[in-house]
Amino acid sequence: MKKSSLTYYISYILWLLLFVILPLVLLLLQALTNQQGNFTLDNFLNYLSSGTYLRMTLNSIFYAFLITLITLIISYPMAYFLTQLKNHQFWMLLVILPTWINLLLKAYAFIGLLSQNGTINSTLSFFGIVPYQLLFTNESFLLVSSYIEIPFMILPIYNSLIEIDSNLIQASQDLGANTWQTIKNVIFPLSLNGVRTGIQVVFIPSLSLFMITRLIGGNRVITLGTAIEEHFLTTQNWHMGSTIGVVLVIAMLVTTYFTREGNKKGRKK
Amino acid sequence: MKKLAIGKIYLIFVFILLYLPIFYLIVYSFNSGQSMNGWAGFTFNHYHELFSDARMIEIVLNTLIVAVLSSLISTIIGTIGAYWIYQTKNKKIANRILSLNSVLLVSPDVIIGASFLILFTVVGMQLGFLSVLLSHVAFSIPIVVLMVLPKLKEMPKTIIEASDDLGATGYQTLSNIILPYIQPGILAGFFMALTYSLDDFAVTFFVTGNGFSTMAVEIYSRARRGTSLEINALSAIMFLVSLFLVLIYYFISNPKKGGKK
Repeated sequence: MKKSSLTYYISYILWLLLFVILPLVLLLLQALTNQQGNFTLDNFLNYLSSGTYLRMTLNSIFYAFLITLITLIISYPMAYFLTQLKNHQFWMLLVILPTWINLLLKAYAFIGLLSQNGTINSTLSFFGIVPYQLLFTNESFLLVSSYIEIPFMILPIYNSLIEIDSNLIQASQDLGANTWQTIKNVIFPLSLNGVRTGIQVVFIPSLSLFMITRLIGGNRVITLGTAIEEHFLTTQNWHMGSTIGVVLVIAMLVTTYFTREGNKKGRKK
Repeated sequence: MKKLAIGKIYLIFVFILLYLPIFYLIVYSFNSGQSMNGWAGFTFNHYHELFSDARMIEIVLNTLIVAVLSSLISTIIGTIGAYWIYQTKNKKIANRILSLNSVLLVSPDVIIGASFLILFTVVGMQLGFLSVLLSHVAFSIPIVVLMVLPKLKEMPKTIIEASDDLGATGYQTLSNIILPYIQPGILAGFFMALTYSLDDFAVTFFVTGNGFSTMAVEIYSRARRGTSLEINALSAIMFLVSLFLVLIYYFISNPKKGGKK
């Protein structure tokens, strides 16, 4: 039990070295070398000078932003109303349950719902509306991505709302604030940490979604994740794939920086 | 009163939204027609189809084996890691390790998949069962650490001192005092690892190679070829399994509150 001996912890240390640090170093190395294995910045220059790559990146960021915005608008009231319920822990469990169902199965359900002669189109044509192309559109990509991300947005907001001292809300009401004023001036500012975490855990995965772009978006929306997958598994250009990977990591770090916890004290662990 | 009514309507609306696609899949798994479009009658045919699909059964078994093995291994390594962080007296170093620990938690899964693919290729490892298993162990370890560490931190120092004072060896203290105390955290970590593994698609997709497949990867390749109600039957079963796991997890993480003290 002498803590000085690191041998007890060797499995964990090996994991840190081999599966946390080494893969990232290798990814960076791939991005900084060419096919011949020489060091070069060409991949990055190539990325920065190519309109296609830059447009793809902006497009990916734009869609991730939209997905985050949609989930936030739906999730905040949801989290708020959940905290008002008596058995809110049980209801919260029901919110989390869909996240335990494999992503692919959920995407699969939407293929059935949205396809050309799928359920939604049949229902529409029953009312005499001509079938729309629903699947393989940008809107369907937004819909399904938001659907998948909603529980991840609700959870942190719910957690931050639950932690608010109910005395503060009572004080606000005693001092004559109406419900809307209490929400705007007391509850919302105190729940910002949850909102930040929510944005973080939705925005970053949204940049890297790749199976939804294929199955639902029909390759119309190319995200950073799709581009990486394509370079690695289809065109086998690992160097360029890794370069986009590094861009994604940078995007992730920037997001984490902007959504870091405000320096407010009193967060219970 | 009125506000609460609006809230309830909103809640019901979002819950319907969340569960509609799932129940839609399940309901159509009993459809005697051939697609998720138009109800033709009730049948168990698609379940028969699923259970006689040897390839699918094998893949489901693969998925479960990888999930159980990777959660067991990552729970052990994760608990060791949490104990290391807990034992590290220097707060700065402990925090460093903790941030390194979280790297795989916050990394997008394509990055994890791509970098692991490079790793396995560089060391010359064949892609297949072992590479998938190692990847799942790797990305499940950090969540185990995060579930176990708070339990270690809330453990009163006095009980360890008492154990030492009474002459227990380090090993005895560990197995008789510490492990039983942090057991709920370890179990929670195990269940989180299990879900991570069962839910993963992207990382597996990168490191799976040709010979080996898990459920998510198989559904992906089948869904690209079109829909089949066999997949619906599979998702209905998966839903029940998830529900079951959630209930177990719920009872483990919320042991009867307010029991006798």
